[in-house]
Amino acid sequence: MDINKLVYDRPDLGKFKVHRSSLVSQDIHDLELRRIFDRCWLYLGHESEIPNAGDYARRVVAERPLFFARDRGGELRVFHNTCPHRGALICRTDRGNARVFQCFYHAWSFNTSGELVGMPDIDGYGPDFDRAEIALRSPRYDSYRGFIFVCFDDETVPLPEYLAGAAEYLDLICDQSVDGMQVIPGSNRYSIKANWKLLGENSMDGYHAIPTHRTYFDYMSGQGAEMLGNRKGFGRALGNGHGVMENDAIYGRPIAMWHPCFGEEARPEIQRIKDDLIDRFGRTKALRMSEKSRNLLIFPNLIINDVMAVTIRVYQPAGPASMDVTAWEMAPAGESGNLLRRRLDSFLAFLGPGGFATPDDIEALESCQQGFRSGGVEWSDLSRGLTRSPRGNDELQMRSFWRRWQSLVADLPYVEQYEHGLTPGEIPEVAPSPEEASYAGD
Amino acid sequence: MASELTPPFPLPPVGQPATVESMLLQHEVEQLLYQEARILDDWNLDAWLTLYTTDARYVVPTTDLPDANPDTDLVFIDDDYQRMTGRVGRLKSRHAHREYPWSRTRRLISNVMVTEVDGDEIGATASVAVWRFRAGESAPYVGRYDVRMRRVDGQLKLCYKRAMLDQEALSDHGALSIIF
Ligand code: FES
Ligand SMILES: [Fe+2]
Repeated sequence: MDINKLVYDRPDLGKFKVHRSSLVSQDIHDLELRRIFDRCWLYLGHESEIPNAGDYARRVVAERPLFFARDRGGELRVFHNTCPHRGALICRTDRGNARVFQCFYHAWSFNTSGELVGMPDIDGYGPDFDRAEIALRSPRYDSYRGFIFVCFDDETVPLPEYLAGAAEYLDLICDQSVDGMQVIPGSNRYSIKANWKLLGENSMDGYHAIPTHRTYFDYMSGQGAEMLGNRKGFGRALGNGHGVMENDAIYGRPIAMWHPCFGEEARPEIQRIKDDLIDRFGRTKALRMSEKSRNLLIFPNLIINDVMAVTIRVYQPAGPASMDVTAWEMAPAGESGNLLRRRLDSFLAFLGPGGFATPDDIEALESCQQGFRSGGVEWSDLSRGLTRSPRGNDELQMRSFWRRWQSLVADLPYVEQYEHGLTPGEIPEVAPSPEEASYAGD
Repeated sequence: MASELTPPFPLPPVGQPATVESMLLQHEVEQLLYQEARILDDWNLDAWLTLYTTDARYVVPTTDLPDANPDTDLVFIDDDYQRMTGRVGRLKSRHAHREYPWSRTRRLISNVMVTEVDGDEIGATASVAVWRFRAGESAPYVGRYDVRMRRVDGQLKLCYKRAMLDQEALSDHGALSIIF
């Protein structure tokens, strides 16, 4: 299969297809690591995970062990997790607080800024040994409103430019609280035996919600909530392969849309939050923030869904047919009591490995991956909505991912394509359609 | 919801002499946990609900934070009785795709210890391995139960169960699609 022709993109014919070798081939997977994961900005973690000097946390990003820390001066630091001496992992626990990072192998130690501050028997290295030359190494890193990204390529554009239209969608989350948003302790760590790209598609796929997540809707309807109806929504390309699906919410939102599952007593509190947003941002933006759900993909492997709760989901490829997922929940800094309890409950009803919906997404993705092995079908279809203005349950946001993916993996020049002339910043006017059973969580 | 309980339950003092009462209680607690295991292995889900008091709480923390407080931290499962009933309804539906058809499971319960008797409530802890087989996959969920029980009309029932996984991540099963 020609690497340049894995995406069949013919809006003039109303056809958009992806060749299935891109979801099963080891060669393409290896190319992806070099041409996508070694070039793009990749999500590492959130600054709220390391609030105090000396706090650190470790991650594996595209097979590379890394860790991030807050140094004595309060600065964010990101390090390759390898000793400059002979390679051992420096950070060997998931999180903690340290004054120095000491390599256990030969006991070289580094301060929280990465400088070498101690080693046994320094005399063994001769008179010219310059300890200032030896420090923990850092990849490029930057943080956008608390979201930390790394990049292993010096040529790649700076993070704000890379984020393009996705930055506005991060703002819509960060602005929900004057005190900022933070990651709640506890993370979902699971693996899916499916190609990593399938989770990106699934996480902003409105079309599957009703058939796949019927048990969730049945359960919520049993709570006295009418879940379906005439809802407005749209998909958008946000530049650089990022995309979003934005819809009228059909479930409660802690910020800020009341729903019967929250209980009558929650009504005034949620109204207060909404009123506060209206004061701060005006009615249009405040209602968008509080009553619409957003499923955002930041290319290549980060999903931030602002749905019945706010979840960060990052997935690392582990071969062509497997991925490792980590997901977190976000809340306004300092949120507590009933507000926080409602938010947690809202998350758990749908999301996570024990929720009433996420297990069925995992089943769907693994089922696709198994289906690919059958052969007989060469292409997967992603043409839904190509010939009409992009609704929330169409596939425009997936096509924007795949167009960027094709250009990077084949090393082709990239030209942004905005279907229907929609560019980031514009909100399309979408009329509600009766047949459009709009979207739920992911 | 049952009151918030922070793990781990304190262990009983070492080397306590057994009494007939303590042996009877130990037996009763073991039988209840074995019943639950068999009922779940048989997918007799409605019967599972009858083992619990209606103010029960069923919690499964995430793998990275076994000591989580479900009121403030993210967990996998934090069910009250109403949500437990919803979970049963979902698992009985043929639309719970991860468990349709149902997986085969076998729950092995051991190391059962009564940890305390506090007025009406009895605390216990146990080790558990749940083997799950489905679609060519076979792997265990391994962990510990901390439970509390109470008598309702003479019958011992569970009013709290906290099931903590020893796995570092859900790498084999992907989800927690069964009742653990
Ligand atoms: S490898 Fe770290 S001190 Fe030698
Ligand atoms: Fe889904």
